[in-house]
Amino acid sequence: MSEHIVTSYDEELRELARSIAEMGGLVEQQLDDAVNALLSTNSQLAQDVILGDRQINQMHYQIEERAILVIAKRQPMAQDLRETVAAIRISHDLERVGDLGKNIAKRALAIEDQRMNHQLRRGVEHLASLGLRQLKDVLDAYGSRDVQKAISVWRSDDEIDAMYVSLFREMLTYMMEDPRNIGMCTHLLFCAKNIERIGDHATNIAETITYLVTGKQMERAATAPSAG
Amino acid sequence: MNDISHSPSAAKATATKAPPEVPQESAAVPKMRAEKVSVHYADKQALFDVDLDVPENQVISLIGPSGCGKSTFLRCLNRMNDTIDIARVSGHITLDGENIYDKALDVVELRARVGMVFQKPNPFPKSIFENVAYGPRIHGLASAKRDLEEIVATSLQRAGLFNEVKDRLDEPGTGLSGGQQQRLCIARAIAVNPEVILMDEPCSALDPIATAKVEELIDELRENYTIVIVTHSMQQAARVSQRTAMFHLGYLVEEGPTDMMFTNPTDKRTQDYITGRFG
Ligand SMILES: Nc1ncnc2c1ncn2[C@@H]1O[C@H](COP(=O)(O)OP(=O)(O)OP(=O)(O)O)[C@@H](O)[C@H]1O
Ligand SMILES: [Mg+2]
Repeated sequence: MSEHIVTSYDEELRELARSIAEMGGLVEQQLDDAVNALLSTNSQLAQDVILGDRQINQMHYQIEERAILVIAKRQPMAQDLRETVAAIRISHDLERVGDLGKNIAKRALAIEDQRMNHQLRRGVEHLASLGLRQLKDVLDAYGSRDVQKAISVWRSDDEIDAMYVSLFREMLTYMMEDPRNIGMCTHLLFCAKNIERIGDHATNIAETITYLVTGKQMERAATAPSAG
Repeated sequence: MNDISHSPSAAKATATKAPPEVPQESAAVPKMRAEKVSVHYADKQALFDVDLDVPENQVISLIGPSGCGKSTFLRCLNRMNDTIDIARVSGHITLDGENIYDKALDVVELRARVGMVFQKPNPFPKSIFENVAYGPRIHGLASAKRDLEEIVATSLQRAGLFNEVKDRLDEPGTGLSGGQQQRLCIARAIAVNPEVILMDEPCSALDPIATAKVEELIDELRENYTIVIVTHSMQQAARVSQRTAMFHLGYLVEEGPTDMMFTNPTDKRTQDYITGRFG
């Protein structure tokens, strides 16, 4: 797209997109750390994640404020308007993903001294890697304004949902088998739920990207992406 | 030499537009319809084969860069171009299906049905009262003096001017400020109950409050009238109109629902223009 007559306007829009990319990178890192802290019961790492969430919240406010300023000053139209609205929406989703990562880190602290069933651990690890991949792919799709990629993220959410449901069943079985598993399983179940919700935020972002690029709302498939 | 330059792409876009024979998506007959309207000023062509429907009881805005032909097109709709010696209009324009360029048509009556607010305020050199009362009187809309006073008062009220001038209706209209004159002209235009109102940048000289009043008026008028408004404010077009037409270098490049035009225009020129990218 060609440049605006007012060059500082281009600057402002570029800065918004750049901040989203930066925030996305940070959220990815936080989530990765949170999952590692959980799986390796590393309480120091978990503490770092909990503290680090503040920075994410701050970036969210900054992006929102910047976008609001662009709206007030420039009254963006068409592509520019979608660009600005997308920044607000995506930063909101990322901020929520950050919170979910923080929740996982809190669970990591809570289960620190409990023995973790190997198979459950593998299950959570797998679910988390799916969630992380979704987040990474959708951020890449934002960076390259790639609608096809965004749509493929949106479609892949079913995988996470299915995975979550099967993990859920498995944990129920463990809890029924031996009530001593209930404590640990409850923590892991919440973590799994958090990851499943992260998947939903990735699909939100995919929808926003589609709107940003095409100007059309993504048509909702017959099966809603969040079945969990 | 023809000194209007236009890009080949501009010509192409017009050529690919749906021909007028194709039935319109909406079944309703448009209040006004322009087909293949071209305008020359002497040997300089200012409008090229414009096809545009003006739907009834809606507001349509005309947007586009300065000099693209918006005012020229607007003036075709009530034959105001007749008053410009060097202007030559070709093509076909109908009002309720009737050809407005028909030789037998009474132009004065046409202009009563299709009223106009000009880009530059042009009050008559008469009192404020007379400016508004003139039209209703010559068109026989008021028999008693009281009726006339009533029309003048409501018209001024609707144009958002009444409170500022109610104590000096006898003073000359030309003594008002620019923005007040503009509102006086709006009052004058609506006083005769036209079916279609053409507004050429009616708010360009108005402050935000007066602008808001005019926009409120436009919204209200839409129930019974059809409005064509030229505006340089994209936000205003987005606020007041249901449809928007984009002109560029004398061509109509795109026309569609206003919401679409401002969030997702199809034509690159529209996109560049509304987002402030025209070099
Ligand atoms: N009376 C006239 N005599 C000669 N040329 C004219 C006349 N009126 C308009 N033109 C020319 O026709 C072209 C279209 O003018 P028009 O006034 O319709 O533009 P516009 O879109 O209304 O612009 P603006 O936004 O500046 O009011 C311009 O090139 C202009 O110079
Ligand atoms: Mg004009």
